[in-house]
Amino acid sequence: MLHGKEGEAKQKAMEILVALGRIYGASRMIRISSAQIAGVSYKTIGDAGLEYLRHMAALGGRVEIPSFLNPAGMDTEQWEAMGVPEDFAKKQIEVLDAYATMGIRTTCTCTPYLIGIRPKEGEHIAWSESSAVSFANSVLGARTNREGGPSALCAALCGVTPMYGLHLKENRVANLLVHVDANLENKTDYSIVGLLVGKKVKKGIPAFKGIKPNETQMKYMGAAMAASGSVALYFVEGVTSEWNVSPDAEKITITQKEMDELKAKINDADSADLITTGCPHASISELEEIAEMLEKKPVKKPFWICLSRNIKDEAVKSGLAARIEKNGGTLVADTCMVVAPLERMGFKSPAIDSGKATVYLPTMCRQKVLFGRLEEILWK
Amino acid sequence: MEISARIISKGKAVGKAMVSAEPISFLGSVDPKTGIVLEKGHPLEGKSVADKILVFPHGKGSTVGSYVMLGMKKNGVAPAAIVNLEAETIIAVGAIISEIPMVDKPEGDVLELLKNGMEVTVDAEKGKISW
Repeated sequence: MLHGKEGEAKQKAMEILVALGRIYGASRMIRISSAQIAGVSYKTIGDAGLEYLRHMAALGGRVEIPSFLNPAGMDTEQWEAMGVPEDFAKKQIEVLDAYATMGIRTTCTCTPYLIGIRPKEGEHIAWSESSAVSFANSVLGARTNREGGPSALCAALCGVTPMYGLHLKENRVANLLVHVDANLENKTDYSIVGLLVGKKVKKGIPAFKGIKPNETQMKYMGAAMAASGSVALYFVEGVTSEWNVSPDAEKITITQKEMDELKAKINDADSADLITTGCPHASISELEEIAEMLEKKPVKKPFWICLSRNIKDEAVKSGLAARIEKNGGTLVADTCMVVAPLERMGFKSPAIDSGKATVYLPTMCRQKVLFGRLEEILWK
Repeated sequence: MEISARIISKGKAVGKAMVSAEPISFLGSVDPKTGIVLEKGHPLEGKSVADKILVFPHGKGSTVGSYVMLGMKKNGVAPAAIVNLEAETIIAVGAIISEIPMVDKPEGDVLELLKNGMEVTVDAEKGKISW
């Protein structure tokens, strides 16, 4: 590939992978089974990104392995009704077309593991969305570094990635042991723990004792840690398949008081003009919970439940979508509150139940945030 | 004077040095139309990196920064070459896709040795920096 026998696009992609391998001291390339590519929303990649993708597609770049995308800037089927500006929509469609030309599935989600893409323990992959990376490494036990959009694309085109970092077992060792001295009742609570630990551990690997999160709660906690820090792997004793803690690991305790203080600090709006959930993208079980809540009391304000197209289709088929939509909810596929152009759609203060989104909404969308558990924000 | 460095992105360029002891983010912190550094409080704030031999420790911020570097190249305002102390993914990928010569791990403290405005040659074919 490096000598151009398989075309110019693969040659350029391999040049990048070789350079990254050299930088990070990889001894060789390793085959990967899938790639998840970030850099999809036109809002983040802009014209420069779009041009690069078009260029690679025009050079004949075609992926070697199953590859899929991160959320885009809009729901590809109902963008007009949602008030996405037309110029934005046009560019967004061009971005998706360029990816599709390269053979990439235009499934836009940060939770590929909810739609059947669940790499096995020890399987090497190249994923880039930070919460998906965290889930794949920690919950599934697969092996991926936290790829950037361009490096994941190169890995997809070549079917390999340089063998370094979290691909190597010896690097999958926790350096922070976390004891949680608080009552964690739901996914939002877990995301607050994630925010606190991410800030503390930064790029490191935390290991948790004394908590028993389910998959949804780990999705929220991992996403928050990857946003406030850049945690790509964590362990939970008795829950995750891997548990490997350095004897020199620092020990910390997360208290209820710290959690309450952080929650109060994040809240900088008294009311919301948009209620959101699905960061990371919602699962069927979360939709069931939402449907029950709305049946007790419908919402009046716009309420977005962000999810993948596949989960939405499933919910439409089973009648779950109708139960939610009848009571004020909107199932928003392919996108999310962070990568959609909220600031251009007239929103100023969204409510959210996820720690991760509270990190990005103020900076990426210039929004004031109302933060709490779903039952605390739905009717605000 | 000439020192060795590791090749990250091939090519060769001559230009005036612009040195920053702070890391640089290309997404949001540099205007891709003018090459001017926008980040408040950054040592290069208000200066254009266009056609400079840009010397800084490493990148920071979003990996989309790689695409911003490509946009700068297309707009004719990219740096002529890049010297990093320690390359990371964002700047390395950006330099390769934008065909900007780049080296890292120079065998000498370039943040001290190189001064703003000095004429510097980066030879990223042979892995040499000379001035």
